[in-house]
Amino acid sequence: MNHATTMEHAPARHHVLPDGLFVLVWIGLLLLTGTTVGASVFFPGRIGIGVAMVVTPVKAALILMYFMHLKYEKVGYQVMFLVAVGILAIFMGLTFFDYLQR
Amino acid sequence: MSAETTLDQGHHLEHYDPEGSKTGMWLFLFTELLLFGGLFLIYAVYRSMDAEPFHHAAAELNRALGSINTVVLLTSSLTMVLSVNALQRGRAGRSLAMLGGTLLLACTFLVIKYFEWSAKYHHGIFPGSEHLHALPKGEGIFFNLYFMMTGLHGIHVVIGMIVMAVIAFRIRAGKVTTQRPGALEYVGLYWHLVDLIWVFLLPLFYLTN
Repeated sequence: MNHATTMEHAPARHHVLPDGLFVLVWIGLLLLTGTTVGASVFFPGRIGIGVAMVVTPVKAALILMYFMHLKYEKVGYQVMFLVAVGILAIFMGLTFFDYLQR
Repeated sequence: MSAETTLDQGHHLEHYDPEGSKTGMWLFLFTELLLFGGLFLIYAVYRSMDAEPFHHAAAELNRALGSINTVVLLTSSLTMVLSVNALQRGRAGRSLAMLGGTLLLACTFLVIKYFEWSAKYHHGIFPGSEHLHALPKGEGIFFNLYFMMTGLHGIHVVIGMIVMAVIAFRIRAGKVTTQRPGALEYVGLYWHLVDLIWVFLLPLFYLTN
């Protein structure tokens, strides 16, 4: 009886993604890290910083979408995340603008 | 949904709401984003006002150790997600092994961090040191931000390790199970966020010169 109750509670439609997918994401993250570090060693200055500014958000997106499952969550979570990041962007943008105008 | 199930079967009144818990965890993670966001903002403003000392000071940091630590944390994120996956498939033993691996990698990260900070300390670079005061203002700001942000991040790593250890015991005790994997999933989310923040710290401090 008790066991049946526990089964009722099982998150039946929960996505269990294949381990291989996560290994691939991890390899991707390592390659991107290598790219950023390599660019900063061989092309210090503008190019190195530019590569980091492009690659780092891509790495962040991979972690969020796959490791944190955001890609497979309900739309509500994705909207919540975008709102939070949007607020952070407004808060950083306005403060930054204020400093630049002084 | 599970709340309804609980009511239907009157003999099982324990409250269990995985969706609510997950939402709560995400809300907490957003406050973490704001916490670190403020520090990233301070970094951005000071660097935009005077970039030269930032580049100069960053050359003092050990790029190799910073990069190795990135690989260590990314790998710990992989073992974390594999641990969650294993528990969801009903393989508690494998889940515990992966969680143990995550803890080990977290330890490795902190040990590397310790050597890094010790080296800085021996060069007289630590918050409030005379050497730091003697440096140009921008370089002092850079090192103070470095200690503040990697320090706060390090505290997050330690807290994550403590929670992981507690959950490992709860998996062994049969409290965190395939039917109720929530606790492991949420510490996983937290751990990935800690990893995510480090991904931004690497270029800001180690790859800027």
